[in-house]
Amino acid sequence: MNIEMRGIDKSFGSNQVLKDAGFLLKDGEVHALMGENGAGKSTLMKILTGVYTKDAGTIYVDGQEVSYKNPQEAEKAGIVFIYQELNVLFDLTVEENLFMGKEITKKFGVCDKKAMRAKAQEIMDRMGVKIPVNAVMSDLSVGQQQMVEICKALMVDAKVIIMDEPTAALTQSETEALFEVMNALRKKGVSIVYISHRMEEIFELCDRITILRDGQYIGTRNICDITMDDVVQMMIGREIGERFPKRESSIGEEVLRVEGLSHEKLFRDVNFSVRAGEVLGVSGLMGAGRTEIMQAIFGNLPVVSGKIFIEGKEVSIKNPRQAIAAGIGFITEDRKTEGLLLEKSIAENIELANLNKVSKRSVLSRKQGAELVKRGIEEFRIKCFGPEHECGNLSGGNQQKVVLAKWIYTDPKILILDEPTRGVDIGAKKEIYNVINEMAAKGVAVIMVSSELPEVLGMSDRIMVVHEGHITGIIDAEGADQAKVMTLATGGCLA
Amino acid sequence: MNALKNKKNIGAVLGEYGAFIALALLVIVLSIIEPSFRTPSNLMSLLRQASFNGLIAFGMTLVILSDGIDLSVGSVFALSAIICAELLMSGMNAVLAVLIALIAGTLLGAISGLLVTKGRLQPFIATLITMTAYRGVAKIITEGKPISQLAGNASGGDFFFKAMGKGNVLLFETVKIPIPAIVLVVAFLIVYFILTKTTFGRRIYATGSNAKCAKLVGVNTNKIKIACYSISGFLAALAGLLMISRLDSAQPTLGDGYELDAIAAVALGGTSMSGGRGKVTGTIAGVLIIAVLNNGLNIMNVSSYYQEVIKAIVILVAVLSDSKR
Ligand SMILES: Nc1ncnc2c1ncn2[C@@H]1O[C@H](COP(=O)(O)OP(=O)(O)OP(=O)(O)O)[C@@H](O)[C@H]1O
Ligand SMILES: [Mg+2]
Repeated sequence: MNIEMRGIDKSFGSNQVLKDAGFLLKDGEVHALMGENGAGKSTLMKILTGVYTKDAGTIYVDGQEVSYKNPQEAEKAGIVFIYQELNVLFDLTVEENLFMGKEITKKFGVCDKKAMRAKAQEIMDRMGVKIPVNAVMSDLSVGQQQMVEICKALMVDAKVIIMDEPTAALTQSETEALFEVMNALRKKGVSIVYISHRMEEIFELCDRITILRDGQYIGTRNICDITMDDVVQMMIGREIGERFPKRESSIGEEVLRVEGLSHEKLFRDVNFSVRAGEVLGVSGLMGAGRTEIMQAIFGNLPVVSGKIFIEGKEVSIKNPRQAIAAGIGFITEDRKTEGLLLEKSIAENIELANLNKVSKRSVLSRKQGAELVKRGIEEFRIKCFGPEHECGNLSGGNQQKVVLAKWIYTDPKILILDEPTRGVDIGAKKEIYNVINEMAAKGVAVIMVSSELPEVLGMSDRIMVVHEGHITGIIDAEGADQAKVMTLATGGCLA
Repeated sequence: MNALKNKKNIGAVLGEYGAFIALALLVIVLSIIEPSFRTPSNLMSLLRQASFNGLIAFGMTLVILSDGIDLSVGSVFALSAIICAELLMSGMNAVLAVLIALIAGTLLGAISGLLVTKGRLQPFIATLITMTAYRGVAKIITEGKPISQLAGNASGGDFFFKAMGKGNVLLFETVKIPIPAIVLVVAFLIVYFILTKTTFGRRIYATGSNAKCAKLVGVNTNKIKIACYSISGFLAALAGLLMISRLDSAQPTLGDGYELDAIAAVALGGTSMSGGRGKVTGTIAGVLIIAVLNNGLNIMNVSSYYQEVIKAIVILVAVLSDSKR
C-alpha cells in the first residue's frame, strides 16, 4: 500500500504545529520519520489514522483520496498505529489486551478462550516474547507492555504499520527481535513508518527517511545517500558538534555510599558509592533490577537490609520525602505515570517539586513561581505555548525536559536519572547531557541509569553493571567498551 | 483562524463560568415570574438556607479534589450537633460546648481520612462506614429522641449560641444579613485562599491528580488526604451547630441526605469527580443554584415530588454543558 500526504496543516488552538507537511510512503519499505521533539511527527501520523482531523491538505491511499474519521476506520483499511504513549488496559491480562475488540467467539458471542490463547501464544512466540499470556498488564515492565502493544498490531493483517518510538523502552534483545519481525514484514510487502530518535537504528533498518522541522516538510532521502550528520543538519538546521560533550568537573569527596542493600526478591547485597562531581553510569538488561535499586535508595521501595550513607553519615530513608530532605533528586523512568501531573500545566509541575522555593510560610509567591518556571522553559528550551501549557499535550521529549527542570531546581546533592533521554531528540539529548555535566561540575553526584550503551559509555566516569539483581562489576569508563559491558550485563566475567 | 479562536474562547468561558451563567439565568427568570422571590427578606432567607449546604460542600470540594468522597458529612453534622446539645443540657458554657463539638467534628472527619489512608479502604466504602456508624452513635446518645430548649440550659454564652444561627447583621440600616451567610462567605474566602494561594492547595491538587507522582516529589499524600477529610468534618460540624442554634433543638436525624446535596453542588460547579480538577468558586455557584431552585420552587408552590425531578434535570443540563467534562 502506498500513502501520500500533501499540504497538511494542523493547529491546536492558536498554535500551528503542522504547516504544509507532506509524506510519501511506498510499498514494502521501512520509512523513517525524524525530527526534533515537537516537530509534529506523531501529530502527522495521528492525522493519517484519523485520531486528529486535519485543517487542510489531502491524503491519498493507493491513489484514492481518503479521510479516516477514526483509528478503527484506518485499521479496517489496513493501517495500524502503535502509539508512543502506550495504549494498554492496565487491569486486564496480556491476552485480553491483545484481543480487545477482536475477540474470537463461538456461538452466541461466547469467547473462545482456547483459540485466543493459542493465537496469542503463536504471535508472542514469533516475536520471541516470554511473557505469560495471562499476566496482568500492570505487573509488566514498560518494555514488556510495549512488546504486547507491538504484538497487538501484528494481530491485525496490516498493510501499513506505524511505529512511534517503539524501541524507547525495549531491551537490546527485544529490539533485535522487533527488527527481525520488521524485516520479515517488509519482505511480505508491508510498509512501515518508523519514528525514532535513535540514529543507529534508523541507519540499520530503514530504506528512506523523511524529515520534519517545526511542522514543515524538509525532505526525503534514501538512507544509503545520506550520513548521520546530514540528518542532524536537516533536523535542526545547524550542526550540534560532538554528541557527548566534555565535562569540566573535578571529582571530590564521596557523597553517597550504599552498603549491603537487599530486597526480598529483586536485588541482593548492592554495594557502591558515588563521589561529588562524578557521573556513575548504570547499565544492565531490562528487568535486571536497576530501576528497583534506585527506587529503594529513594525510599520508594522497601528493603530488607542495607545502609545508606550520605556525606559519611548514615541516613534512614523510608519514603521519598526523607530522600529529598537528604538531598536526593530522582528522575523516574516513567514520566507518564510517575514523573508528571499530565493534566496540569508546566508551571504547576515545576512548582510542585519546588514549593519551598516559590512560597513564603506556605503562601505561594506568584512572582517567584513565574520566574522559576520562565527560567525552566528558557533554560531547557521547552517547546510550548507558555507556562500554562498542559503537560499531557507536550511532545514526549518536551515532557522529559519538564521533569528534568522540576528536579534540577531543587538543588540536589545526589541526582539519580533513570533513562533520562528516553524518547528525546538528538538536540535535546545533548542539552540534557550538558545539564548533567553542569550538575557534576557544581559538585553534584550523578547516577545515570540508561539502556543506551553509547550514552553510558560516552557520559560516565565509572560504569556499574547489574545482572539479575546483582552488581557484576563497576568499571572505569576509560577503557570500557560495549563488549565488556554486555559481558557483565549478561552475567559473564571479565578476564 | 480568528473565528476558531473566538469559538474556543466562548467554550472556555462557558466552561469556566457555566455554573454562574446558569445561576444568573435562574435568578432572572424567577425574579420575573415570581416577584416575591426578589424581596430582600426572601433573598436573605435563601442565603441562610444556602449556608448549611454551602459549608458542607466546601469541605466536600476539598475531599473530592484530593480524589476522595465524603459520604459521612450528614452524619458528622448530626453527631456534632448532638454532642453540642448534650453538653449544653449538662449546663456547660455555650462557647465551650460549641468549641468541643467543632473539635469532635474535625476528629470524626479525621477518622474517615485514617480509614482511607492507613486503612487503605476506598473512600466510598470508608465514609459509608463512618456515615452509618456516626448516625448510629447519635441515635444511641439521644435514644432516638430530640433534645430541645438548648440555649435555655447553657450556663452562660447563650447569647452567642442563639446569635450563631438566628442572628443578623444590619447592613445600610435596612438589609439584615444572616450570620450563617457571613460564616459562609468567610469560609469561602478561606477555602479559596487555601486552594489558590497556598502550598497546601497545590498539594491537594497534586494528590488528586496523580498521587504516585506527588509522592515522588515529596508530598505526604496521606497527610493531605487526612487534612481534607478533617476540614470536611469541621465544616460539617460547623453547619450542624448553626442549624441547631437556629432550631434551638437537636435530633439524631438531622442532616440526613445532606451529603447528596453537597456532592451535587460540587458537581454543578464543574469539579471532576476523579480529583485534581475543579474550583471552589464553582462549588459556591452550585450551592446557590440548588438553594435558588429550592426556594423558588417552594414559593411557586410546586409539589415537592416535582421539585426533585426538576432539580435532577437542572443538574443534568448543567453538568452536560460543562465543556471540560
Ligand atoms: N492534543 C494537543 N493539544 C495541543 N497541543 C498539542 C496536542 N498534541 C500535540 N500538540 C503540540 O503539537 C506539537 C507537535 O507534537 P508531536 O507530538 O506531533 O511532536 P513529535 O514530533 O511527535 O515529538 P516527540 O519526538 O517529542 O514525540 C507539540 O508542540 C505539541 O505540544
Ligand atoms: Mg511523538
